[in-house]
Amino acid sequence: MVEEKSTGRKIFIWLNVLFLSAFALLCIVPLVHVLALSFSSSAAAGSGRVRLLPVEFTLKAYEFAMDNVHFWNSFRVSIERVLIGLPVELGLTLITAYPLSRQNKDFKQRTIYVWFLFISILFSGGTISTYMVVKSTGLIDTIAALIVPGAVNVFNIILMINFFRNLPRELEEAAFIDGAGHFRILFGIIAPVSMPSIATIAVFILVKHWNSWFDGMIYMNNVSNFPLQSYLQSLVIQRDTNLLMTREEAELLALISERTTKSAQVFIAILPIFAVYPFLQRYFVSGMVIGSVKE
Amino acid sequence: MFAEKFKRQLPLHIMLLPAVILVIVYNYGPMFGLVMAFQNFNPAEGFLKSEWVGLGNFSYLMKVGDIHQVLWNTVYISVMKIAAETLAAIVLALLLNELRHRAYKRVVQTVIYFPHFLSWIILGGIFRELLAYDGIVNNVLGHVGVSPVIFLGDNKVFPFVLVATHVWQQAGFGIIVYLAAISGINPQLYEAAVMDGAGRLAQIRHITLPGIKSIIILMATLSLGSILDAGFGQVYALYGPAVYKSGDVIDTWVYRMGLLDAQYSIATAVDMFKSVVSFVLVSISYFMAYKFSDYHIF
Repeated sequence: MVEEKSTGRKIFIWLNVLFLSAFALLCIVPLVHVLALSFSSSAAAGSGRVRLLPVEFTLKAYEFAMDNVHFWNSFRVSIERVLIGLPVELGLTLITAYPLSRQNKDFKQRTIYVWFLFISILFSGGTISTYMVVKSTGLIDTIAALIVPGAVNVFNIILMINFFRNLPRELEEAAFIDGAGHFRILFGIIAPVSMPSIATIAVFILVKHWNSWFDGMIYMNNVSNFPLQSYLQSLVIQRDTNLLMTREEAELLALISERTTKSAQVFIAILPIFAVYPFLQRYFVSGMVIGSVKE
Repeated sequence: MFAEKFKRQLPLHIMLLPAVILVIVYNYGPMFGLVMAFQNFNPAEGFLKSEWVGLGNFSYLMKVGDIHQVLWNTVYISVMKIAAETLAAIVLALLLNELRHRAYKRVVQTVIYFPHFLSWIILGGIFRELLAYDGIVNNVLGHVGVSPVIFLGDNKVFPFVLVATHVWQQAGFGIIVYLAAISGINPQLYEAAVMDGAGRLAQIRHITLPGIKSIIILMATLSLGSILDAGFGQVYALYGPAVYKSGDVIDTWVYRMGLLDAQYSIATAVDMFKSVVSFVLVSISYFMAYKFSDYHIF
């Protein structure tokens, strides 16, 4: 379609590009500022001279973070959480979504199960009683507390059901006639052709596990069991840093400004997300579209 | 016949078993804990022996009055957030749709989706730094002659900081559904409109907006159900005692009351109130979405 460009249209196009660029800049400038702070000297950061570039470049804040036992400990807990939580939750999503993606006539009790899951997302027992259940099942201060209570994610299951339902039915009918059981059909036929959908759900789970902090904060009594985001929470938000530090660390921190060390640790926590972002963007976007504008 | 069918369906039940057990324990289990709302719960005595007080906790809450402010904050903040986010996302989607340069469009999208993937702890760290009294925002404002604003400690400003930072994080990502809806509009409609001499604005008004109207209504309807979730993580990451008056929402109040002050029964009473109201709202919103947009959750 050839369109004539009037002067007004040209002005609009330029203003539009300008506006969207400004908005995009607004989205990254805060991150750039924090990055600049983390590489600046504490004096420069403290006196507010740092804008978007480091002032009096130094790696002190990162050295502090590298030597910080609690930081690395929590980093390790987060990695562990992702490595265990991802396969567990993904596996559960697959084996739960498969039966529910059957036709009602092939699986009579499907409706009962669907309502059972649906009600669990409509009504919740609230934070306090959930905490008590987690406590009475003996999960406090174990990695399982971060994985088990949230392992059945009904929204991911719904998404997976929709993915499965879009597959051609002939695929499994042929296998069924050949005498394959349901487990064989799921893991031998359906899962291999659903890799993009599985990747989408995996990405959802990955981000959730990396970013969760509230469960770590309330289910872990011992600071050494905190995942990274819960540790950062105590560092950045509660500011009870004294509780988390040895004496030497406290003395060292006095030399480096709080600002630069916090910035450095916040930035290190962003890095893994940044590393998987191209992958994230691709799958998250397709999942969002299917999840909300499904036919 | 029956036995064969049973044998055929048994694996399906086995597959569902782990999820059913977990949901019973961790989703349905806590629902029984809600009896605490009608007790003067004492952990040493447990659910069975704690004193029953009927609706005592609820009438206590009504009298104390704290909760009225918290409820108002919750609804006020989330309605503002939903409205601002929806408006911003629609405007951004329309503007982005006008871009003809594909590579540039992709760069903009890549950048504005990013904040969505960061947790509120990270963002809290960033915004506490940026919006501090001696932070970069006040620093820049100072250069244009504005006296420093206490963004995170002033009750008049704080709710708007919540709305602005929420839009900053979510608006970019929110455009995805609208862009998808816009790309689904039949291009012939635009060609016909051009034939009829419609300008760009007229095309947006008469084709694009009506074309995405149903998805706008659907998204707004679905967000109705989360009106009592004003964003626990965000508020927790940004607030402090100075702004409890304007920034405290149901979830943060329950957290402080229940988990920090061990007022189990009072906190659970509020939790329960929230669950019941949310249940009604979510049910209404799903029903409306189903009725008007033929939206099926399962």
